[in-house]
Amino acid sequence: MEQPTLDYINRLSNGDEGIFNTLIGVIKKEFPVERASYDSSVQEKDYRLIEESVHRLKHKINVFGLEDSYQTANRFEQNLRKNSFELKEEFDEVLTVISNFIKTL
Amino acid sequence: MNCLIIDDEKIAREILKVLCEENGSLKIKGSYSSALPAIKYLNENDVDLIFLDIHMPDFNGFDLIKTLKNPPKIILTTSDPQFALKAFEYDFIVDYLLKPIESSRFDKAVQKAENKVIEPSKFASKSVTPNSVESDFYVNIDRRLIKINPASVYLVEAKGDYIHIKTEEQNYRVHSTLKKIEDKLPPSMFLKIHRSYIINLKKIIDIEDNSVLIERDVIPISRSKRPELMRRLDLL
Repeated sequence: MEQPTLDYINRLSNGDEGIFNTLIGVIKKEFPVERASYDSSVQEKDYRLIEESVHRLKHKINVFGLEDSYQTANRFEQNLRKNSFELKEEFDEVLTVISNFIKTL
Repeated sequence: MNCLIIDDEKIAREILKVLCEENGSLKIKGSYSSALPAIKYLNENDVDLIFLDIHMPDFNGFDLIKTLKNPPKIILTTSDPQFALKAFEYDFIVDYLLKPIESSRFDKAVQKAENKVIEPSKFASKSVTPNSVESDFYVNIDRRLIKINPASVYLVEAKGDYIHIKTEEQNYRVHSTLKKIEDKLPPSMFLKIHRSYIINLKKIIDIEDNSVLIERDVIPISRSKRPELMRRLDLL
């Protein structure tokens, strides 16, 4: 499975440690909140809220350069619009990979 | 150029902040996580450019655009390419940035905004012409013509073949349509906020999410009518 990278954050911060730390700090804070919100909307089986959570998480997937995972998230988002959980397992796996990566930062 | 950032995700706002600062020709006047405080700001202040996220909960970027009387130049930011076509329906949307936004692409979009000349309002949001003569009208109930002062009406509700006209003193059930009464009510005072409801804007007590409290009635606001309602409110 593809692994997250910090290439985009590095390009953006262009060697500025302050910018790098700010961006990483925001992701470390925002990602767990969004993941928790995703998990709780899944428990409630609220398709609209799940779709919203997936949409928000998609940007983080993008920021970490996970192009294939981004496509999975996109397709999962579309499935949710049809009230289908197809690709949920794959999407959850992506979230786990990101969670583990964030722990190393 | 003075600019505003509107995006519900903090990381997206931070990234845009970095990109604006690196660009050098932009001055950030505000950064908002939701549409309503941004609308309030835009009602009182002018900006040259807005970086606007399309996909936001409750009130999305296109909803916000519909509330703007004189929209500045807008650069849309989104994770979804599917909205691109819709974006070009508006003359003042100068570009469309896909997340994650690279700085070279960002600079190009800003350059486009700087060069773009907007023709005087192709986007004319419907101006509300106040009805100077808010004259009484008559309704036929059981062969009696009853005079109603529009200012006393707080709600009109459509139910089947009838409409219910609610005033502070009394309610009337009239065999008519919402369209017919809408034509009689002063447009400066009333707004159809749902296919079954017309409300008196002056009688609103509060607005929460997708409903309005008016007198004792909680009335749903349809998604398509929400921007017009927000535009008509005198937000502090």
